[in-house]
Amino acid sequence: MSGNNIPPKKRIKDLTFGEKIYIPEIVKGLSLTLRTMFKPKFTMEYPEEKFIPAGSYRGRPVLVEEKNGEERCVACGLCSRVCPALAIEVQAAETDREKERYPEKFEINMLRCIFCGFCEEVCPEEAIVMSKDYELAFSNREDAIYGKDKLLVPVDQLQDRIDFLRNYK
Amino acid sequence: MSKFNIDGKDIEFKPGQTIIEAARDNGIEIPHFCWHPKLSVSGNCRMCLVEVEKMPKLVIACSTVAAEGMVVYMDSDKAISARNAVMEFFLINHPLDCPICDEAGECKLQDYAYQHSTGESRFVEEKTHKDKRVELGPNVMFDGDRCISCSRCIRFCDEVAKDAELTFVKRGDRVTITTFPGEQLDNPYAMNVVDICPVGALTNRDFRFKARVWDMAHTNTICNGCARGCNIEVWTRNNEVLRLVPRYNEEVNSYWMCDHGRLNTFKFINAGDRIDGPHMRVEGNLIKVGWDEAFAKAASNLKAFGKDEIAFLGSAYATVEDNFVAAKFAKSVLGTGHLDFVRHIDPTFGDEILRNEDVTPNTKGAELAGVAPSKNGFDFNGIVKAIREGKIKALYVLEDDILNDNLELENVLAKLDLLIINASNFNKTSALADIVFPAATYAEKNGTFVNFQGRVQRIRPALATNDVDRALEGMSMSRLDKFGTKYDRWAQGKHFDARSSWKILVGLASAMGQKLKYNMAEEVFYDISNSIDAFKGLDYDVIAELGVQLKSVNLKSTVKI
Ligand code: SF4
Ligand code: SF4
Ligand code: SF4
Ligand code: SF4
Repeated sequence: MSGNNIPPKKRIKDLTFGEKIYIPEIVKGLSLTLRTMFKPKFTMEYPEEKFIPAGSYRGRPVLVEEKNGEERCVACGLCSRVCPALAIEVQAAETDREKERYPEKFEINMLRCIFCGFCEEVCPEEAIVMSKDYELAFSNREDAIYGKDKLLVPVDQLQDRIDFLRNYK
Repeated sequence: MSKFNIDGKDIEFKPGQTIIEAARDNGIEIPHFCWHPKLSVSGNCRMCLVEVEKMPKLVIACSTVAAEGMVVYMDSDKAISARNAVMEFFLINHPLDCPICDEAGECKLQDYAYQHSTGESRFVEEKTHKDKRVELGPNVMFDGDRCISCSRCIRFCDEVAKDAELTFVKRGDRVTITTFPGEQLDNPYAMNVVDICPVGALTNRDFRFKARVWDMAHTNTICNGCARGCNIEVWTRNNEVLRLVPRYNEEVNSYWMCDHGRLNTFKFINAGDRIDGPHMRVEGNLIKVGWDEAFAKAASNLKAFGKDEIAFLGSAYATVEDNFVAAKFAKSVLGTGHLDFVRHIDPTFGDEILRNEDVTPNTKGAELAGVAPSKNGFDFNGIVKAIREGKIKALYVLEDDILNDNLELENVLAKLDLLIINASNFNKTSALADIVFPAATYAEKNGTFVNFQGRVQRIRPALATNDVDRALEGMSMSRLDKFGTKYDRWAQGKHFDARSSWKILVGLASAMGQKLKYNMAEEVFYDISNSIDAFKGLDYDVIAELGVQLKSVNLKSTVKI
């Protein structure tokens, strides 16, 4: 194209002789490796060894299951409304329990979820919280949609997160 | 005209109007719970308190008659703090259970809490507790905790439904709503109290907990339950109708609709007996076939008969467009003058309020569209007689289960050599049909109905079918409709393989070698407005949301075909 006549960039500095033969640079690199080998290591041998995050960690969202085996969720649909990724589907139905309604269906599409934690923040019942579970792998799209069977987690397994929320939210 | 001033703005009023009415006519909403434009003034909620110059105390705008030169303030410090105080009082005993309340999202108390309340409560005592989940009637559930005692529901029953069923009992903070002893809230208009209840104290038992209002799309259309043609909104989610609510039209239904219309005019759409795709009778059973196959078969079968051996029935359930194309199809494609439709009159259904004894939505429209026998043609009774005598051997029936009202016709239809129908659901007539074309329901197509007053009103598609796409058709779309993909379970709502009757007839005409050149319902209507005097000068934009009264509902108007 005419007008596009910017001259090619000139090299500002040519490599020095030492750099050109590489050997000193290689020695420098190897010595760093050697020094690091004797320092304490931080890498974990996953999956043999597992990372257990703190309460502030946002793993996959789960539903809180009370001690009596019932969900806390009243199917208000606020999490579904606030979810920026449209990951949550809730279908309410009537129950005889005091709170009148419960989620007949509660599904989170883990392929849509972006782990933002908005659902947890908006929930009026502390019924959906972010867990420590980060191990999510599926071989097809259908498996990525988690129903109540996979979402409900007993409340005592979630105590860390609930304490964190009560202290810092 | 006399004027008064509100918040620095001069507005006109008619003598006798209250401040709230005059303000409303001028587009200013004064917040209110208990006042309703169609109910008597009760003045109990105190939400509409305004400051009026030269008056010692604040006054309620709903019962203070406007006067020349009055100076009213809605935004003075006094008025604002009065509204805050009233809201604080309302919220003292309100349970604030919005998460489990169906009204959430369309609740006046919620909205006003944002607009007119400081959001602080000084109340530390325990809230009152009243009965919850009280079945006031077969279709309405009452939650005493949520009730703000506005008395709208009581006044509605007394004044509009003319059937006093509800009343307050007890006093002070224990006041609650109940039905009179031995009574139920079961008048034919009872469910309107759900719409006018400003909070979630009264809920629709049919719709309870089915969906959140913000997840749904809504479409302005017309009830097909009777010839009144109440203006309604169809609320849908995931391509399924979940509820109908009335839409204001002073000329037709005001703010109301009847419970029959609200409950019984949409469930057939997703019912199990819905017809999905064209069907043909093979060895006694109706088998699903492709459109082309069904058109070809219908065309060749029809061609086997003489013009005088074929009769056509239009339908008062179908739109003006469907009937217009049907009349054209019968006369110019089939060449028959044996053309009529069946009237469905049920005197027990009609009343003095809204319900009309004609239980079809479009009798006038079918007449105007030219569905009538030609000079030597038979009317419906004539057609029945001619079938009995074996003179008529083939019959086409548009969207009408003619056997349902009249079982005696069974022997008559059984005598036919060919029965073709357009129907939305399998029914008694389809059980005898040889070819069945799947008709789109009123919630899946564009078109017009003419009500018993001679008012032409528009219906619009609220549900997508294989034939009409939500986005392409410009249908109302919720957030979920917009962003759902084929991988989301919440976006897999059933799409039926059905078409508008006019479109089916256009397809069949073309299979018979004749062109009816319509691609959209609007084009059919354009033709109607050019050829039928009553519709002259009208188009879909003119009919708009509220319909148009046809000037001369001259039932003999000429149809040029
Ligand atoms: S974490 Fe965020 S993206 Fe995931 S389900 Fe909750 S709101 Fe949706
Ligand atoms: S916000 Fe909480 S209570 Fe509401 S539907 Fe979601 S999980 Fe259930
Ligand atoms: S039930 Fe609703 S309409 Fe009736 S008095 Fe209570 S708040 Fe008003
Ligand atoms: S009065 Fe007629 S048109 Fe109105 S809601 Fe009832 S059935 Fe529908």
